[in-house]
Amino acid sequence: MHKKSNISSAISKDVTCPFCGILCDDLVIQNQAETLKILKNGCPKAAAAFESKQLVTSAKIKGKNVPLSEAIDAICNILKKSQNPLFAGLGTDVDGMRQVMHLADKTGATVDHMHGEALIRNSLVLQDLGWITTTMTEIRNRADLIIFAGTDANNYPRFFERTIWNKESMFKLKSEQRQIVYIGNQLDGKAGINPNGKRPLFLNCKTEQISEVISSLHALITGAALDIEKVAGIKVKTLQSLAEKMKTAKYGVIVWSAAELNIPHAELTIQNFCELVKYLTRFTRFAGFSLGGDDGATSANSVCAWQSGYPLRVNFNKGYPEYDAQRNSTHKLLKDKEVDSLLWISSFSSKVNSPCASIPTIVLGTPETKLKFKPDIFIPVSTPGVDHSGQLIRADSVVSLPLKKLRTSSYANVSSILKQVIERI
Amino acid sequence: MYIKLTNGIVYDPVHGINGEHRDIYINDGQITRKPSSNTKICKTYDMKGKIIMAGAIDIHTHIGGGKVNIARMMLPEDHVNDLVERTELTRSGCGNAAPSTLTAGYRYAEMGYTACFEPAMLPSNARQTHMEMGDTPMVDKGAYAMLGSDDFFLRMLASKKDQAAISDYVGWTINATQALGIKVVNPGGISAFKFNQRKLELDELNQYYGVSPRDIIKSLARAVTELGIPHPLHVHGCNLGVPGNLNTTLETIDAVEGMRMHLTHIQFHSYGTEGDKKFSSGAAEIAEAVNKNPNISIDVGQVLFGQTVTASGDSMLQYAGHWHAHPKKWVIMDIECDAGCGVVPFKYRDKNFVNALQWAIGLELFLLVDDPWRIFLTTDHPNGAPFTSYPHLIRLLMDRSFRNDMLSTINKEAAASSTLASLDREYSLYDIAIMTRAAPARSLGLKNRGHLGPGAVADITVYSNHKDKEKMFSKPDYVFKDGVLIVRNGKIVKVVNGGTHTLRPEYDNGIEKSLKRYFDKYQTISLSNFKIDNDEIVEHGNSKIIVQPCM
Repeated sequence: MHKKSNISSAISKDVTCPFCGILCDDLVIQNQAETLKILKNGCPKAAAAFESKQLVTSAKIKGKNVPLSEAIDAICNILKKSQNPLFAGLGTDVDGMRQVMHLADKTGATVDHMHGEALIRNSLVLQDLGWITTTMTEIRNRADLIIFAGTDANNYPRFFERTIWNKESMFKLKSEQRQIVYIGNQLDGKAGINPNGKRPLFLNCKTEQISEVISSLHALITGAALDIEKVAGIKVKTLQSLAEKMKTAKYGVIVWSAAELNIPHAELTIQNFCELVKYLTRFTRFAGFSLGGDDGATSANSVCAWQSGYPLRVNFNKGYPEYDAQRNSTHKLLKDKEVDSLLWISSFSSKVNSPCASIPTIVLGTPETKLKFKPDIFIPVSTPGVDHSGQLIRADSVVSLPLKKLRTSSYANVSSILKQVIERI
Repeated sequence: MYIKLTNGIVYDPVHGINGEHRDIYINDGQITRKPSSNTKICKTYDMKGKIIMAGAIDIHTHIGGGKVNIARMMLPEDHVNDLVERTELTRSGCGNAAPSTLTAGYRYAEMGYTACFEPAMLPSNARQTHMEMGDTPMVDKGAYAMLGSDDFFLRMLASKKDQAAISDYVGWTINATQALGIKVVNPGGISAFKFNQRKLELDELNQYYGVSPRDIIKSLARAVTELGIPHPLHVHGCNLGVPGNLNTTLETIDAVEGMRMHLTHIQFHSYGTEGDKKFSSGAAEIAEAVNKNPNISIDVGQVLFGQTVTASGDSMLQYAGHWHAHPKKWVIMDIECDAGCGVVPFKYRDKNFVNALQWAIGLELFLLVDDPWRIFLTTDHPNGAPFTSYPHLIRLLMDRSFRNDMLSTINKEAAASSTLASLDREYSLYDIAIMTRAAPARSLGLKNRGHLGPGAVADITVYSNHKDKEKMFSKPDYVFKDGVLIVRNGKIVKVVNGGTHTLRPEYDNGIEKSLKRYFDKYQTISLSNFKIDNDEIVEHGNSKIIVQPCM
């Protein structure tokens, strides 16, 4: 992290992009008169977020401009009166999440992330049977068979560039030797075409049927015969040939994105991936990889786990942490009217907005936040990795990256606002 | 602002003080000589009849980093019986095998510990390890960077790069990851597992690199020596948990050819193949070798009965052990062409032959190794048992009749095949002060920790001398951290943060040229972002950096 220096008209290298879960950290960004421009690397998502101009706005109480300090006092008043606060959104960095946890502990709140549904799909698998997983650098250097199940990774625009079509790898694996497979519904496989133009293998099926396809592959790999012609519309012969490839792969990877498996009990589909990976590991090497972690979700989940013992969806109402992946969901708590105030945090230009709830609502959002309702309190916040330094944890829950301050911002960051709330409450 | 602890009975092995009445003076966070008679003493504590030692130091405890956090996330059922409520002073959390960071810090302090060292910090996960250690209050922290299965090092070793370049890389890693030492885990085996090798003997070759664990241990031990890193190479050897691995361990001792080496959780590496069940104690042979080789230090990794979780960098052998998972769930990870990990929950049962014998082997080692300066008290938290069982373990060491009572309750066959009943030795308070304070501080190069002489940091623990040593060590009367009273009667009275111990060894930074090429070609993070800046620990981590001198 870099000390404050003269940052107008400066060029920063090795900039970490906080706008999706894979945290590319090779961006070169110029600051000219406090306007940022990506000079190298990046993607459309990054460009939209880094290069947008900061709006001028102010803290507001019921739509009326107020000084920050007044807004912070008003937050304290709401939380003091609240018996069951909900802290949601949680789009912030590690420091911000640390303060979220402290304040939640102090006020007996429930914590859930805007991508909580995706997080718990993985957590439930981890807590039931576990898994074998890998990280981006391993895929980049080792993976010779990569199966995208229910995702085309297009929400992670540079995933292929950074982990699959790299020119050089450590173990003499050439990128054209990598076999790419997509299993799922209308996946866009353009990114999966190899540098020589070879198209990937597509197994088209509905998202709900992916599990069936995986189970069939698992059965074939164990040596069982399937006495049918097709599974989910896919010829068993096609599955058989893929099963052979999986058995002979040196280092296979199944990639999924929990957020995109938008079906009831998606955790069972993910568990099927993981159990197949475990079975293959009995004789070759295979691993899973979960794409995700946008809006600081991996950091929020990890900080929650080390500070409370549990991954997200934790309630502190009884004075100690209680974990309930289903009950403590933002949607459910609001629908069932189990909470009486809402603090929504979103500092990464997220597309996900605060729900409109009929309870006192506090929004700490980017200045650009557009809501369809007037929250009781709105405080514009600065963005980690753009307006202030910080740290984020990558989708694989292993690598974390430092975030740089690239421009001056007149807005406070989430961590400092919550620290003041903690002190005053 | 002088504080005086008066009338206490002091155990300070660094100064040869074995249970003598001494007054201790504290000023400005440090222990000082007796001040001149006109100096005002602000506060005097009467410690009449009480036992005074330096704050205890845990040299090997998995308190932070990715695999610990996986264990936490994976085991909600571990937490539910040990939930910790928030108080006016302390945060809520949970305890037991995979405690929350905050609870771990509080409980260590409440047991009289003032420093804890995370032994398996993967360089690629170092930033998160420091985040978690930063959120572990009360105690000082530090970590050993794990090398030996990382591809940069293996490529250097395979291409026969000279030792100086390897030492530069090791020095660079210490610096980049803010580490205090170097650990190697199943040397080269974590890498070999990624190439689908399932076991690796000391002289077996990693099939891709053509180097053996012996080559790796020698090279890293030499680098640690050449860089003047105070703590010797911290070795989790080959074949952890495999019956017959006592021979591997003996060969590993020979492999370093007299260089200093620390063999960690050696209990898991002291197994023979005698008897009907082909599983027996190798404690006598291992202890004999340790006694004979003054360059070797060990920690035990004692097993105690109950539910816990094993969290290790040794992906190869954790995979092999996953069949014994209890409950039946487990995680294995390959990590960043750097390392790996495996998390397997486990229940040690006193009526199970193997588990009972593991318990006995650990105790045999404690009692057969002569020099308490070279053997440290650990359970390899949480792998052998949670750290909260230390007072129980101390009682087992200090109280022979209690030990024999316990022995009579374990699996009969295991008890019969152990020599434990014949071992009369009882540890003294002086021995305990050595193995939990003076010796770990010396081994880690913490010159002003682990003793009570003038100039020492005032990390001090005061106990009532109960006959029941478990009771005594569970609940100290007073704990001072940097001269501040933080625990009274086994409960936190003030929350402090502690600092992070690091080293700044000298090395030729020219190594960054080849590292830069390596990172640009193969890694998914840039070299500059791999390195952890002081500000990340201080400003973002709410800690302070304590730089220890190299030798």
